[in-house]
Parts: sequence; C-alpha cells; structure tokens
Amino acid sequence: MDTLLLSRIQFGANISFHILFPTITIALGWVLLFFKLRFNATRDPKWMEAYGFWVKVFALSFALGVVSGITMSFQFGTNWPGFMETVGNVAGPLLAYEVLTAFFLEAAFLGIMLFGATRVPGWLHTLSTFLVAFGTTLSAFWILVLNSWMHTPQGYELRDGVVHATDWMQIIFNPSMPYRLAHMLVASGLTVAFLIAGLSAYRRLRGDRSASVAATLRFALGLAAVLIPVQIFLGDLHGLNTLKYQPAKVAAMEGNWETGGPRPLILFAWPDEDKRENLAEIGIPHGASLILTHSMDGSVPGLNDYVAADGTALHPPVAPVFYAFRIMIGVGVLMLLLSWTGVALMRRRRAGVDGLPNFFLRVTVAMTFVGWVATLAGWYTTEIGRQPWLVTGVLTTKEAVATVPAPMVLGTLLAYLAVYLALVLAYVGVLFYLACKSADGKPVILMPASSAAQVAVTAAE
Amino acid sequence: MFADPAVWLPFVFAALMGLSIVIYVVLDGFDLGVGVLFPFADDHEKDLMVASIGPFWDANETWLVLAIGLLLVAFPVAHGTILTALYLPVAIMLVGLILRGVAFEFRAKAPSRQKARWNWAFFAGSLMASLAQGFMLGLYVLGLGHSWAALGFGLLTAVFLTVGYSFIGAAWLILKAKDDLQVKAVAWARGGIWGLILGLAAVSAASPLVSARIWEKWFTLPAMAWLAPLPILSVLLVGLLWVVLRRLPMERDRLSWVPFVAATALFVLAFLGLAYSFYPYVVPEQLTIYQAASAPESLWIILIGTIIVLPMILGYTALSYVVFRGKASLLTYDLIVQSPAPGEAVETKLPR
Repeated sequence: MDTLLLSRIQFGANISFHILFPTITIALGWVLLFFKLRFNATRDPKWMEAYGFWVKVFALSFALGVVSGITMSFQFGTNWPGFMETVGNVAGPLLAYEVLTAFFLEAAFLGIMLFGATRVPGWLHTLSTFLVAFGTTLSAFWILVLNSWMHTPQGYELRDGVVHATDWMQIIFNPSMPYRLAHMLVASGLTVAFLIAGLSAYRRLRGDRSASVAATLRFALGLAAVLIPVQIFLGDLHGLNTLKYQPAKVAAMEGNWETGGPRPLILFAWPDEDKRENLAEIGIPHGASLILTHSMDGSVPGLNDYVAADGTALHPPVAPVFYAFRIMIGVGVLMLLLSWTGVALMRRRRAGVDGLPNFFLRVTVAMTFVGWVATLAGWYTTEIGRQPWLVTGVLTTKEAVATVPAPMVLGTLLAYLAVYLALVLAYVGVLFYLACKSADGKPVILMPASSAAQVAVTAAE
Repeated sequence: MFADPAVWLPFVFAALMGLSIVIYVVLDGFDLGVGVLFPFADDHEKDLMVASIGPFWDANETWLVLAIGLLLVAFPVAHGTILTALYLPVAIMLVGLILRGVAFEFRAKAPSRQKARWNWAFFAGSLMASLAQGFMLGLYVLGLGHSWAALGFGLLTAVFLTVGYSFIGAAWLILKAKDDLQVKAVAWARGGIWGLILGLAAVSAASPLVSARIWEKWFTLPAMAWLAPLPILSVLLVGLLWVVLRRLPMERDRLSWVPFVAATALFVLAFLGLAYSFYPYVVPEQLTIYQAASAPESLWIILIGTIIVLPMILGYTALSYVVFRGKASLLTYDLIVQSPAPGEAVETKLPR
C-alpha cells in the first residue's frame, strides 16, 4: 500500500478513536452539572451518588480524549504537512483559539472538579463543573468550525497557492457550520443518554434498587426520547445544506447515478462503481425526491455529473458513504424505538422505572454504546463524502500527504491500532466493572465538604 | 524594526512558543519524571506519587499542545519539516503519552488484579515519552540530520534528559511528599542530578561544535561577557543542589522547596542558552522564523486572543496549584475525606 492510503487509514483510525471520547465528555459534562444542580436544589443524596459514579466515567473518557487529541495535533505535521502549508492561515488561528480558550480551561478546572470537592467551597466545585462542561463545548465549537470550513470554505482568497483569510466572520459562520455543530452536539447528547441508560439498566439487572440508579435510568431514557426527534429534524436540515453545497456527497449518500427525478429512497443496494449502477436495489418510490426537495418529483443530483473527461471520478467513493449513511439512519431508528418505548412503559400506570421489564433492560444494555456506532457512521458519511478533497475546491487529500516512506507509516499505524484496540476494550471493560462494583453495594460517593457531607451522613444513617 | 509587524510578529510568536516549551519541560518534566521513578517505589508510595501529580498532569500536557500548536500556526512550513524529520521519535512519544495518560485513570478504576499492569504501563509510557523527547532534542541540536553521529548523540541526550526528568520529578516529590517517601525522593534526587549535569554539558558542548555560527555567537566579545552569567549561574545552582540535597529532609520540612525551584531555574537557563544559540533559526541552519512565519493578518488574530486569554490561563493554573498546595494525600472518589479545618488534623471516613 502507498503512503497516501496508509496515512489516510492512520488518520482515520486516530480520529475515529479520538471522537469516541469527546462525544461522551461534551454532553456528560452538562449532565454532571445537572446532577450537581439537582443536588444543590433538593439535597437528595441520590443526585450526589449519581455525580460520584458518572464523574469517574467522565475522568476516564476525558483522559482518553486528551491523549488521542495530542496525537492528532502532531499528525498534522508528521503525515499531512501540505494541509498547514496551504490552509494554515485559516486552520492555524482556529486551532490556536481551541487550545487557548478551551483546553486550558478544561484541564485546569478538571482537577478541581475531580479531586477538589473536599478542598474548595461547594459553589466553586459547581462552578468548576460548569467551566469544564463549557470548555468541552467550546472546544467542539472551534474544531467544528474548522471542519465545516474544510467542507464549505468561505471568507478566503488564494495568493500563490496559499489560502489567506479575508473575512473571519465568514470563515467562522461558514454555511455548514451551524448545522454540523448542532448535529454533533445532539449526537453527543444521545450517545451519553444511551450510555447512562445502558449502564443504569445493567446495574438494575444486577439487583441494584438504589434511588440513584432509578433516577439516572429515568433521566437518560427521557433525555434520549426528547433528543432523538430533534436530531432527526437537524439531520434533515444538515442534509439539505449538503445538497446545496456538496451535491456529490448527497449523490453518493443516495446511491444516485444520473441527475433527475423522481428518485426512490434506496433502502438497500450494492453500488458498483465499475458498472456505475446499483445491484440488488430495494427502494421506496419518490422517497429521495421527497426527502431532499420536499416534492414528489424533485431532481436529485447524480454521481455521473462528477466524472472528469478522462474518466477519473471527482466524486467520493460511493459504497462507504452509501453504507455509512444507512447505518447511521438505522441506528437512529433503533434509538427512537427504544427511548419512546421506555418512556411509554414508565408512564403506563405511572410505574416509573419499575414499569420496565427485564427484557427491555437487557435491550437497553445491548444498546449502551450505540451512540458510538451512529456517531462514527455519521462522520464517515461526511468525511469520506468530502473526498477527493481535503478542503473542498482548494486542496486534495493527495496533495497534502507527507513523503514519509510507506513502511514507516505502516509500522506506526500497526502500533497505534494495537494500542487503540487494547484501550477501547479496557475502557468498555472498566465501565461495566465500575457498574458491577457499584451495583454490588460499594457506594461511589463524592461529597463536597461542609453541609453537603452532613446531609449524606444523615441520609446514610 | 518594530514598526513593521512582519518583523516583530514572528519574533513575538517565537518567544511565546519558547515560553510554552519551557513551561512544558518543567511541568510535564516533573510528572514524567515521577513516572520514570515508579519502579523504585512500593505500592502505597506509587499511589501517593500519582496523587501528587493527579490534579495537574492534564494541564501540564496542554502546554505541549500549545507549543506544537504555535509552531503549527505561526510557522507552518517549519512544523511540517521538523515533524516529518522526527517522524519515529514523535510516534514513540505519542504512544508513550497515550499509555501514561490513560494509566493514570485505569490504575485507579480497573479491577485491582490489573493494577500492576497499569502501573507498568504508566512507567513504560513515561519512559518512552522522556526518551523520545531527549532523542528529539539531540537530533534538533545536531540539525535534524540522520547520520550515525546524530543518532548516537540523540541516544545520549535521550538518556540524559530522562535522568534529568527523574531528577526534577524527585525534586517535586521532596516538595509534595513527607516521611518515608520524602526520604526516598531525596535519595533519588542525589542519584539523578548527574543526568542534568551531563545533559547540560553535552548540549552546551555539542551545539557550538556542530555549527560555526553558534560558535561565533558564543565565543566572541562582547557577547561572551553578556552570556557569562548563564554558565556561572548554572554551576552555582548545581553547587547549591549538591549542598542542600546532602542535608534534606530537614526539621519542620525546611528548604524542601529548594531542589524543585533550583531544578526549574536550571531548566530555564539551559533553555535560554539553546534559544540564544538557535535564534533566528526555527529549523536549524535551514529556515529562520521570519522565512517560516504565517501571514501577518493570521498572526494578528491569534496574538489578540493570546493577549486576552494567556493571563486568564496563568490565573486559573495558579488557582489549581493553590487548591492542591501542601503535601499530597491520596486521591480517591470512593470515600468522603473531609479536609481538616485549620489547626485540626481530622480525617473522617464515612461508611454508607
């Protein structure tokens, strides 16, 4: 394999591994703040117990996010020097703002949030929780600004082949940014909702009847039930935005070869790039036209419009985008079914979490990490869908890659893959281990000093 | 000269990058050093050692991200050249940083039978990162070439920097630990000081020998007179460390801060010497900061942000060090440990 392909696999592996953890920390930070505020308001120790358990998960996820993020900041230079050389004038300031405004904020207050509960007043601990949550979200904002700019670049001019910024407002608020940011933040919320629901269900199945677990399970299913329709709505908006600015990507997502309408919504097919047609296609007539143009016979862009005169494809590879998109949608439907069923079961006869049968709990456990699947599938859709461009219309991926010898890239790739695989397994294992330990009656409590501790004592007695 | 932003902006950014690097080397130096010292400690001491760096390591590593970020944003061409030349050591350092960063969390949360494995990962990761950084330092000083001499020199600086880190790590533990662990840390510091001395000597001797330009910068008057304080201060500091380390630990914990402060000063002096040698080059003998700099309008927008945000960063970093000041105690989420009010040393562990 050549350096380009190996470097792409390496960066893809790295960013896939990385995104697993920010996806959790972005929303989990706010959920922790919610738990803390509920505790401050009600003085009910179940919220502090929930905080104590989930802050551990947060700490672990955060550490994994930090170290995999450091790796990426170096790989820009080691594998993709052409990226910064060409678009450094835009990408540089955005990355710098992420480090300056977000990373240090998170890092400094994380220490207080995790270990400072007994050392600082309660308000400062709550404030630290807020600042960490705020920092993770700010970090997501800056990095999604840069990512969106790579998809839909605006506010720049080319001088001697190098991008120069002309309008920072246009760069930051580029056309796809609001949709991508909202879509990603809600994705993070859903990932965390299913993570909390899954581990809480696991603890109930192990016989943990504590008020804290009941509260987190109810909260998580409710959160998922609210967020999933929002996400479907945002996804639709994002798709329309992509149709306008990156029609080739939409063509690949829909598996549509010839421009025109009406076009069916393809449920399954085998897109064949050599024959330039779909095999074994099953679809709903007019579906794609209806979704993309909101009219029965609307025209859908086709892949054959994006082929150079000599026959080379100027559109993304079709099959990965096509399948990744369907996986994301499929998982979304599962999320909708599970969360709404859960809420309906809890509302029936006002039974609350006691109304959830064991079978439902087992399915919930099976869906613990389903947010990861949807998030990765979504990112593959959009990022592979940007190919062959690294920055749409400005820089191709091929132009940006380093001239490092292929065997060297292969060596580091294998090393990274081994480490990532081991760490993902260890992470999932430790989460269930922590849940087991808590379910088996070892309470995980983290209390701020002063009055809060007194409440816990009284409650415990 | 200072009327033209294209002239002074690159200089300001080189200075900011230098500041980030030196803060990183001191801060992550001590926590990497603590990791390197791990095999010499028993289980209880290991927990205390991790507790002494637990609240800080993440912020410490962020300075590396800032340094590499500034290199990337202010000198994009140099970023590519340097990092592709250092491809393998960078990869080793990254794997090391990954291992130790996650081992912090896993060793405290994984089932206890796996703790030994994560302790080992913490040590191995710290060692890999330290060695890789020392190796990169050596290659950089010799001009990023890949001759056998450069590799040999890189291996030498790898060992020296690692021992140097273990020294500042031990100095940190002298400050943060008490009783047995503090006594041990003093012994570790006595054993590690040579790494610092040899490292300083090797880099100081090699850089002027490799480059006639650097030789000229150091050994012509009047520069030589201006620069004399650097080596003289360094020798004085080493002497001070030598004397103090023979007497520590002292009654009522007196002077336990001296080794860490002196080690920090030594790292800063060494860095100043390096910075002076290599200025104005960012890629040694190939690319100056002025040739490699980004467009002024992009540097401006970062500079404005930096001026506003940097004081805040320093402020809350300081806050975090103040909150976790004093001797380190075990970090745990599982117990309610009430911090003793001033004057009373009560530790309450509340059962369910």
